[in-house]
Amino acid sequence: MSPFPVDRRTLLGAGALAFAVPLTGAAAQFRGDGVFWSPNTSSYPTAVDLKANYQFFTSDEAAFVEAAALRMIPADPTGPSALEAGVPLFLDRQLAGDYGKGTRLYMRGPFGKGTDTQGYQAKWPPAGFHRAAIKAIGDHLGQGGGAPFHKRAEADQDAFLKDLSGGKVDLGSDVDGKAYFKLLLQNVMEGYFSDPIYGGNRNLAAWKMIGFSGARYDQRPYVLAYNKPYPLPPVGIGGRPAWTAKG
Amino acid sequence: MAIRNPPVDAVMIGFGWTGAIMAQELTDAGLNVLAIERGDWRDTPTDFSPAYAQDELRYYWRHELFQRLNHDTLTIRNNAGQTALPMRQLGSFLLGSGVGGAGVHWNGQVWRFLPSDLKARSHNLQRYGKAAVPDDMTIQDFGVSYDDLEPWYDKFEYLCGVSGKAGNLKGAIQAGGDPFEGPRSREYPNPPLEMPYALTLFGQAATSLGRHPFPHPAANASRAYTNPLGVTLGPCTYCGFCEKYACGDYSKASAQTTILPVLMRKKSFTLRTNCEVLKINMSADGKTATGVTYLDEKGQEVEQPAEMVFLSAYILHNVRLLLLSGIGKPYDPNTGEGIVGKNYAYQITSSVNVFFNDKILNPFVGAGALGMITNDFNGDNFDHAGLGFIGGGYVGILQTGARPIETHATPDGVPTWGLAWKKAIARDYLKTTTIATHGAVMAHRGNYLDLDPTYKDVYGRPLLRMTFDYTDNEHRMSDYLTDRAAEYGKAMGGREIKTNYRKGSWDVVPYQTTHNTGGAIMGDNPRDSFTNKYLQSWDVPNLFVLGATAFPQNPGYNPTGTVAALAYHAADAIKRQYLKAPHQPMVQA
Repeated sequence: MSPFPVDRRTLLGAGALAFAVPLTGAAAQFRGDGVFWSPNTSSYPTAVDLKANYQFFTSDEAAFVEAAALRMIPADPTGPSALEAGVPLFLDRQLAGDYGKGTRLYMRGPFGKGTDTQGYQAKWPPAGFHRAAIKAIGDHLGQGGGAPFHKRAEADQDAFLKDLSGGKVDLGSDVDGKAYFKLLLQNVMEGYFSDPIYGGNRNLAAWKMIGFSGARYDQRPYVLAYNKPYPLPPVGIGGRPAWTAKG
Repeated sequence: MAIRNPPVDAVMIGFGWTGAIMAQELTDAGLNVLAIERGDWRDTPTDFSPAYAQDELRYYWRHELFQRLNHDTLTIRNNAGQTALPMRQLGSFLLGSGVGGAGVHWNGQVWRFLPSDLKARSHNLQRYGKAAVPDDMTIQDFGVSYDDLEPWYDKFEYLCGVSGKAGNLKGAIQAGGDPFEGPRSREYPNPPLEMPYALTLFGQAATSLGRHPFPHPAANASRAYTNPLGVTLGPCTYCGFCEKYACGDYSKASAQTTILPVLMRKKSFTLRTNCEVLKINMSADGKTATGVTYLDEKGQEVEQPAEMVFLSAYILHNVRLLLLSGIGKPYDPNTGEGIVGKNYAYQITSSVNVFFNDKILNPFVGAGALGMITNDFNGDNFDHAGLGFIGGGYVGILQTGARPIETHATPDGVPTWGLAWKKAIARDYLKTTTIATHGAVMAHRGNYLDLDPTYKDVYGRPLLRMTFDYTDNEHRMSDYLTDRAAEYGKAMGGREIKTNYRKGSWDVVPYQTTHNTGGAIMGDNPRDSFTNKYLQSWDVPNLFVLGATAFPQNPGYNPTGTVAALAYHAADAIKRQYLKAPHQPMVQA
């Protein structure tokens, strides 16, 4: 007898939840028929719609994210800024989808603050965390009639982000400002450097800036090409910018 | 009312490397084997297609190939004085799920432990005396020797088609290989991968310092290779999406690319996917495992009788299922009594970035185990007298592919964002390489696994709780390795280096390694271990616990080679000995 029997009531509800996630659709039993394969079942990623408006962010939220992302990766001749790369749209689509909803995260309580080494402990999945943190930042900066983040001078914005990253901004008991900065910076980097199919890294410009070759498959000719520039332009999963409709 | 299935000879709980190896061996011996895997069926053309396999966001950062923590996770804390909180998001280690397990998204780094690693307690006591092993350092010998395992290391290397250069053939040191390794019975099945620029520069620097660099042994095939089962792997294309990704080219060894094409054709083998084992069922006297109870893909409870039960899931799940099934005595860190959950260990890593002005390294050209390595400071390959620690690790460069969300190192003094960051990364990305250190973690009285008192999984069962931190031994050792890495970095002659020591407590956030070990350790007596050298439970002789669960502590090498060798070693003993006298212990207590 197990000391920890499964809770049948929990199980019934949980079972529905657990098995609502898409399975392969394959038979669950395999016996003696060789390696299973079903045609036309591979899971190509879905390209985001670059033309539609924000789906997740409100206009206030978008204003903050656009301004903060631009300070994290500013405009200059070196390469694209976060805005030129489409980072806010990338993040909007991510937060509107499974990532934002935290479908793969453990989101059961109780919630505690934890130590830095215990990692993500926000009581919301990433979408809710962004929403709550952006509101808390707005409230914090608006005290005494202060200007919102996106209307402040660049130096002022930089100073605020630096304080946020250093844990020096008190955003109330629910929102850990330092944890939010880490999340935002991570998401900005994801949007800047991920495959363009997700809406960021527009025209592969961030990859061109650093020299990353992208979604290439056979690099054998270049292993022994010591100190030689890589001869090919980057490609994404969806091909090259020239192949896509003008956005 | 639970459904009751017809009995099977052996049931595998989990279907990654160890489940596939054991199922292949036992079906060869004529047994009827069932493997129960809670994740999905996965195979190369359907799930790892080269049309979209090179997707850093989807596979690494959005965790598509990894365990869904919404289903279950574990709780974590650095010491017993803290309240453990759930690992809500993956970070430090990347748990697998689905057919092939974490062996789908591994790097393919195949190592053998040193002969002395397998005798960590007796060897260190003998060489350095009692003071070198403090009372709280609960290290033990494995109870199995290098010579016992050599044929099975060899068998796994030939199964995978490992690419490498032997450094010790039957005691004769070979130029170009690792002179510190234990003796091999024969050369690797494939020659080393080709070494890109950064690795060649590292090799020259290490040689100039009097060290012994050699190509990392890689389960990334350097050429087309047909293994002894008749399964063929294709040559690695150095695409740079190996670690944290699945291979679309049949080049990285996994259960899918080495065993399943044969195993899946056997009528004596059945695989059930999307079925989760809830517990191991026991006889009333607690001396026999009678089978398992699992939930099938429709959520129905099924009782599966079996003559032999194999825990072949990841180590954390193996330990949790023992605890949830009430098997064995849980470890108590206050008294040191109990065995299940004891001697949990991990790995300690650090790095040194080397920045060049004039050398284009194209770091995105890579493979999971494409490396140039030195073992001069691993295990007991160097004199530890006066150093204040035991154990060691390898130091070298692994060019796994510089996917840019993950890999954009900047020099000291450059912030992690803003214009200065952008200019630095644009200047340095192609001209930067990273020397890694990969160090041992010794067992410690306060590092252990048990069940969490608060947090539950999707079925309402307690999560596993991990209590773990590095001790002074690990920090001293890692700092020592990091200083050696910095020497290499300087000798490589770049513009500058940046030294990243591993400071402070173990942190769940940054990825380090998926090398969790211990919790149902092996040994030479039932007082100090859960299994004998054949991974057979001392108390329940028809229950076997495979995987790194058995490691009494974690040496400075990646675990998979030893995990597989132990599984083959166990399978051989089962075939030769156990099946002639079922339900009997193969080693007398």
